[in-house]
Amino acid sequence: MIDFELSESIVNSRQMIHMVAEQLMRPISREYDEREHEKPTEFLETMWKVSAGTSFGADREADKKAAASGPKESNLASCVNIEELSWGDAGLYLSIPNPGLGGAAVLAAGTAEQKQRFLAPFKGGEMKWGAMAITEPHCGSDSAALQTTAVRDGDDWVLNGTKIYCTSGLMAAEKSDGFVVVWATVDKTAGRAGIKSFVVPAHTPGMKVIKVENKMGIRASDTAMIVFEDCRIPLDNILGSAEVQTGNEGFKGAMATFDATRPLVAASALGIGRAALDFAREALERAGVKIRYGAAASTLTALERDFMEIESELQAARLLTWRAAWMMDRGKRNNLEASMAKAKAGLAVTRVTQKAVEFLGPLGYSRKLLLEKWMRDAKINDIFEGTQQINMLIVARRILGYSSKDLS
Amino acid sequence: MFDLEMTEDQKLIHDTVASFAKAEIRPIAHDCDESGTIPPGLAEKGFELGLVHSAIPEEQGGYGETRSAVTGAIVAEELAWGDLAIAMHLLTPRLLVYPLLEAGSAQQIAQVLPPFALGHQVATAAVVEPRFDFDTTRFTTTAAAKDGGFVVNGAKCFVPLADESQTILVLAQLDEEPAAFLVPRGAAGVSIGEREKNMGVKALATYEVGFENVQVPASARVGDAAAISRILNRSRIALGALAIGMARAASDYARDYAKERKAFGVAIAQKQAIAFMLAEMAIEIDASRLLLWEAAWMLDQGKEATRECVLAKRYASNACLKITDNAVQVLGGHGYVRDHPVEMWLRNARGFSSFEGMAIV
Ligand SMILES: Cc1cc2nc3c(=O)[nH]c(=O)nc-3n(C[C@H](O)[C@H](O)[C@H](O)COP(=O)(O)OP(=O)(O)OC[C@H]3O[C@@H](n4cnc5c(N)ncnc54)[C@H](O)[C@@H]3O)c2cc1C
Ligand SMILES: Cc1cc2nc3c(=O)[nH]c(=O)nc-3n(C[C@H](O)[C@H](O)[C@H](O)COP(=O)(O)OP(=O)(O)OC[C@H]3O[C@@H](n4cnc5c(N)ncnc54)[C@H](O)[C@@H]3O)c2cc1C
Repeated sequence: MIDFELSESIVNSRQMIHMVAEQLMRPISREYDEREHEKPTEFLETMWKVSAGTSFGADREADKKAAASGPKESNLASCVNIEELSWGDAGLYLSIPNPGLGGAAVLAAGTAEQKQRFLAPFKGGEMKWGAMAITEPHCGSDSAALQTTAVRDGDDWVLNGTKIYCTSGLMAAEKSDGFVVVWATVDKTAGRAGIKSFVVPAHTPGMKVIKVENKMGIRASDTAMIVFEDCRIPLDNILGSAEVQTGNEGFKGAMATFDATRPLVAASALGIGRAALDFAREALERAGVKIRYGAAASTLTALERDFMEIESELQAARLLTWRAAWMMDRGKRNNLEASMAKAKAGLAVTRVTQKAVEFLGPLGYSRKLLLEKWMRDAKINDIFEGTQQINMLIVARRILGYSSKDLS
Repeated sequence: MFDLEMTEDQKLIHDTVASFAKAEIRPIAHDCDESGTIPPGLAEKGFELGLVHSAIPEEQGGYGETRSAVTGAIVAEELAWGDLAIAMHLLTPRLLVYPLLEAGSAQQIAQVLPPFALGHQVATAAVVEPRFDFDTTRFTTTAAAKDGGFVVNGAKCFVPLADESQTILVLAQLDEEPAAFLVPRGAAGVSIGEREKNMGVKALATYEVGFENVQVPASARVGDAAAISRILNRSRIALGALAIGMARAASDYARDYAKERKAFGVAIAQKQAIAFMLAEMAIEIDASRLLLWEAAWMLDQGKEATRECVLAKRYASNACLKITDNAVQVLGGHGYVRDHPVEMWLRNARGFSSFEGMAIV
């Protein structure tokens, strides 16, 4: 039955997480934006204690089984929770110790043994981070063109190449006992079919972080350049089969991770957008400006029009995001819907935050308020996990029934 | 619990209306637009679908089904996928029936509704006023208490099927608040103007209607200001859903065309400039529908939802305009020619910014 009410358990966890966002994140938000590359250790420790063992992304097999045994809503719950954390601070949210995108890849493509081996350590002990390294200096969107190689040598895979823009890469590779999932090709002549993902445990010799980026926003999250030089990992650290299949199946498998993570990234975007929208609404109300929803179109001010527009944009993005998550919870394929949500959310929050700064005039532009920071933070959502254009491309291919050859 | 799955009943209704739109509406849409007429028998077929009487209580001869705004949105979207003007034409009797179900007195319901359960009957509502600053919170058509009843003065436009309707539901300003009145078309002082000539929805016969010192009894008043707000919200849902249905029609058509049409050695859909327009259409249709369903769901829950209804209707109307415009663009010169339906959809789409109260769920 069509129903827009969130379940009680989701509402309750949202309330709890909202308190975390309000009481632990907001007060240090500006500080760790200004002190880029420093870690809010106390906050991270607290988050590690309360959240250790939770993962990011989805376990398809488990989802399918759960879907068969009745309605489940863990993906939707993740979206709601991530929105809340990002309402607090999206950079801090991204820096929370957990398996991250790397964990999502393990969940999506790993064997039961691998899930146990790589993810169990996240249930306790010292703080740990997981990361995922796809992007390279010469290729981002076109991930099939990546150059990093994995060569089999006896009982090892040997990795060589350079990865950039790896979120939490520093923490995952060197500052904790986490891991980095690295995409590499086992056969350059095989194109997409040759691309596989490998789990590289932290501190593996031959893996080195050589740069941590200075960024426009989400500065509390480290973004690392990692070089792999004859980096050896055990044979069974490959996710999925080592075989170079004909066709795209292996690559498609790896790309399926995104169906799980795009709604989560979209959810994070929503949190930033909502922070800006709520703030602008309250500031305007304090100044005596109330948005008149029922008023005749001809009497609306430009500000009211803009406000109503971004408010609906944000809610539209939210509902698209929830739909994509809800489909996963029901075990439905959501490749199209996940890209719709990500494309819409990235663009929507970019507009929402830019408009909110405009509404507040010089106050909005000032670093005394967090609004300008939210605008800087928001933009990344239009870029990572597939840029705006790449997600539009995926949507277009799906609705046209085209392959990546037909439309590129 | 968050859920986007239709009930089995809704699926059945959806499928029935969708096949009706495909088999009975779409094939005649072009000719109806050109001739400005709708074949007389079609409304009877619409009646048989239960578009109007299924919500009439059993005591008055109907099926007594719940008036769900969500289900109403599903139905309106499918009808408008067939054709907007025909959809609005078929839904016109609701303009009187539904407000009475929402807010009518027992006596009004008993008096007015029974014929609507028996067969197709024409009826209408007069909401829009011919002025650029038309405002649903402040009508310029007025009602004033007089001789134990009310006297109505003013002018309305976009009144569908006014010339054939026995009764017109008129929205007017009563002192500081909006009020609704049942006005017989034949009452002294009611004048039905020439049939309007509009840019779009040309098959839908609409009229200007004038009211000059029209005297109605106290018993003609329907509901209160709160009821009118609910009625206008239900109308926003209907109009938003119609916009989505037509946008989907345009998007489907443009998509299929773009896969067939070749330029520079490939299908034009293989060019990103076209493909991205098509992708945006798909996203915005789904976005509009989700916003609209959420607002409709709130109405079904009895929640106050003016903000959500206003925003959802605005969003869907804007999306529809952009989508139909892009659909014309995808067809290029062929889109501008009336052999293809896309230009009609664009002409129709512009109307949603002025349409209020012209359909209801
Ligand atoms: C802060 C941050 C964190 C990140 N975290 C990670 C991470 O954890 N792991 C990881 O692997 N990567 C990460 N990235 C990388 C990110 O995913 C890429 O930046 C992104 O995929 C775009 O790739 P690119 O920067 O190489 O841009 P390019 O691929 O060079 O794109 C440039 C422009 O061209 C457009 N474009 C490209 N191809 C097409 C096409 N076919 N059609 C139309 N337009 C096209 C793009 O949309 C974009 O606008 C991160 C990046 C940043 C900035
Ligand atoms: C009222 C009217 C008067 C006209 N008068 C004249 C006249 O006097 N003389 C005359 O010769 N013609 C005339 N035309 C034709 C007009 O110039 C063409 O319709 C126009 O050039 C577009 O061509 P098309 O309709 O075949 O569209 P198509 O070429 O089929 O284009 C369809 C769509 O695909 C897009 N598209 C095509 N190729 C690409 C590409 N490489 N990349 C991205 N997008 C692409 C187009 O922009 C368009 O959106 C007239 C047309 C009309 C409607």
